[in-house]
Amino acid sequence: MLHIVNKSPAQTTSLASCLRLAQPGSALLLTEDAVYAATTAGSAALGDALKTLKVYVLQPDVEARGMAGRLVDGITPVDYGGFVELVAEHSNNQSWL
Amino acid sequence: MKKFMFVNRKAPYGTIYALESLEVVLITATFDQDVSLVFLDDGVYELVKGQDTAGIGIKNHSKTYRALDGYDVEKLYVERESMEARGLSEDDLLVDVEVLSSAEMAALMAEQDVVLSF
Repeated sequence: MLHIVNKSPAQTTSLASCLRLAQPGSALLLTEDAVYAATTAGSAALGDALKTLKVYVLQPDVEARGMAGRLVDGITPVDYGGFVELVAEHSNNQSWL
Repeated sequence: MKKFMFVNRKAPYGTIYALESLEVVLITATFDQDVSLVFLDDGVYELVKGQDTAGIGIKNHSKTYRALDGYDVEKLYVERESMEARGLSEDDLLVDVEVLSSAEMAALMAEQDVVLSF
């Protein structure tokens, strides 16, 4: 399953709820304001997700927010094409609004 | 003249709040009021250098903060706790700001006539 989160972990509990319910081995894509959780300073919000999930971040959203170069190791950046591929290669997905 | 404070607590682009705040700030400044901008929590991200929105098709409004002093809006305050929690320092910000502790920020807030929250 692909989980998609688009809210900052400082603003809503979307990411926390997602991580509570995501099964090990599933995929997590961070988009929009959720990209702050992919930064060195913000990745505490990911808990141990980097060990249990495959974590991706939408690079155009990272660049828009001036966060390029601040990403924590272990997260795979994808572009819009990569976003589409992730959706296509997983049997289902959930957007945590 | 009244003291207006604009409290910015949202990251840019994910919601419309950051842009709307900027627009109301410019309107308020036109009426010759004492305007302060405060950046707390994710609002600090609004001021980060190097924003490049070419990939998301949204106007990069971060440059507008640099134009504020042209409207005599020169009081920009950042809460130290929010900034440091996000791994940021004053060097990472695209405008000159005054960094305040939470206690100093609270005192500044308490002396305002009008506080608008975004």
